[in-house]
Amino acid sequence: MVSIIDYGMGNSASVKKAFDFLNIPCRITNKAQDIKTADKLLIPGVGSYGDAIQALHALELFELLKEEVLVNKKPILGICLGMQLMGCSSAESEGVSGFGFIDSTCQRFDIDLKVPHVGWNNAKIVNKDSRLFKNIPDNSDFYFVHSYHFGINTKEKSTTVKYGYDFASSFEKDNIFGVQFHPEKSQKYGLELLKNFGELQC
Amino acid sequence: MLKHRIIPCVLLKDWQLTKSVKFKEFRTIGHPKVTSKIYNRRNVDELIVLDIDASGSDNSINYKTLSDIAKECFMPLTLGGGIKSLQDINSLLAIGADKVSINTIAIKNPDFIREASKKFGSQCIVVSIDVIEDSGMWKVYNKNLGILEEPELLEWAKRCEELGAGEILLTSVDRDGCESGYDTKLISLLAKELTIPIIANGGASTPEDAVQAVKSGADAVAAASIFHFTQYTPNNIKEALQEAGFAVRL
Repeated sequence: MVSIIDYGMGNSASVKKAFDFLNIPCRITNKAQDIKTADKLLIPGVGSYGDAIQALHALELFELLKEEVLVNKKPILGICLGMQLMGCSSAESEGVSGFGFIDSTCQRFDIDLKVPHVGWNNAKIVNKDSRLFKNIPDNSDFYFVHSYHFGINTKEKSTTVKYGYDFASSFEKDNIFGVQFHPEKSQKYGLELLKNFGELQC
Repeated sequence: MLKHRIIPCVLLKDWQLTKSVKFKEFRTIGHPKVTSKIYNRRNVDELIVLDIDASGSDNSINYKTLSDIAKECFMPLTLGGGIKSLQDINSLLAIGADKVSINTIAIKNPDFIREASKKFGSQCIVVSIDVIEDSGMWKVYNKNLGILEEPELLEWAKRCEELGAGEILLTSVDRDGCESGYDTKLISLLAKELTIPIIANGGASTPEDAVQAVKSGADAVAAASIFHFTQYTPNNIKEALQEAGFAVRL
């Protein structure tokens, strides 16, 4: 069972629909019990960094998620803002601390191109052993909508994408996974990625 | 590199998906759920569905059917038709839309574009501009209000961008459903003046038409007749664009 964390900021319904299509059991929840008993966790996210962290604290889920992930080693996938929350902080909301699962911070696109970065863009696989990108061809396109991103120096990156310059578009570290794009909106390879996450044995 | 998008653009009318000719005659193209499922399988980059029963009438938006459609889409989905408030946008996003397309309310109250893009982000707000040729001039047309003398087309498009529109869905009424090719002059007129993406709509009959539209400055091409009444598939269009040197998602 995958528990999709409902903290009022995600497109949880679209993520659930994708898992339903893949026949992977899931539920949308903000209950501590559902998080403790889940095999896997997923943090969706659309909105601003500071509001998201505040909402997780208000629901008393922040410390619980940290414990489930770091102590109990539960596999977790962060999507878009959900991925960004897994770093230490973001330029979007100075002074707000993220989960700190990886030692990286989010910065705003500093380019002449239009921000947000919206549309289909190809992800170059830089970690050939990536479990998330198993059976997904190099340079497959995924759907992006975001203004902030992890830098190219993120140690745990699995893929990079170029928009003005290269940035880390996904990462994996032990039981912790993050993708900047929306797999639930990225058709076949997005579904493949969610299937890979659903089938992970950690 | 960002890709040029191929987007079926269809109308929800009388509980069916339909395709219009010059905004007047309507031909049923299929059951909403089934047709959306097929589009998803055909690997389209996005889908636009406009609920024209709700547009310009007191009918409420057909959330039930639009939600059935959203359930079949694992690609970005734009929904529109009959949006009258920020709450309507909220409801459409809640059933799975990624963007909304607005038209009549934007003309009646341009400030709605600003309010909507402030609340939901400009990437979420597509302003649909329908254009008709009248006495040798391009004019903004609205299904409910008719041919408009004001605002002037280019002025209106620029205003939409200033107010926060994320994209323009540019439809040539004269070409709609006629399979006579996109109005490339119209596309290029707007593309030169705007920085936001233009989705060209109306007239596609061959993959080459799409190539010409993108050459004229369209970021994306929308179509319907070509996918239902000709032998061409969305992938045929993508292949033609790729051959012409444009980035697409194959």
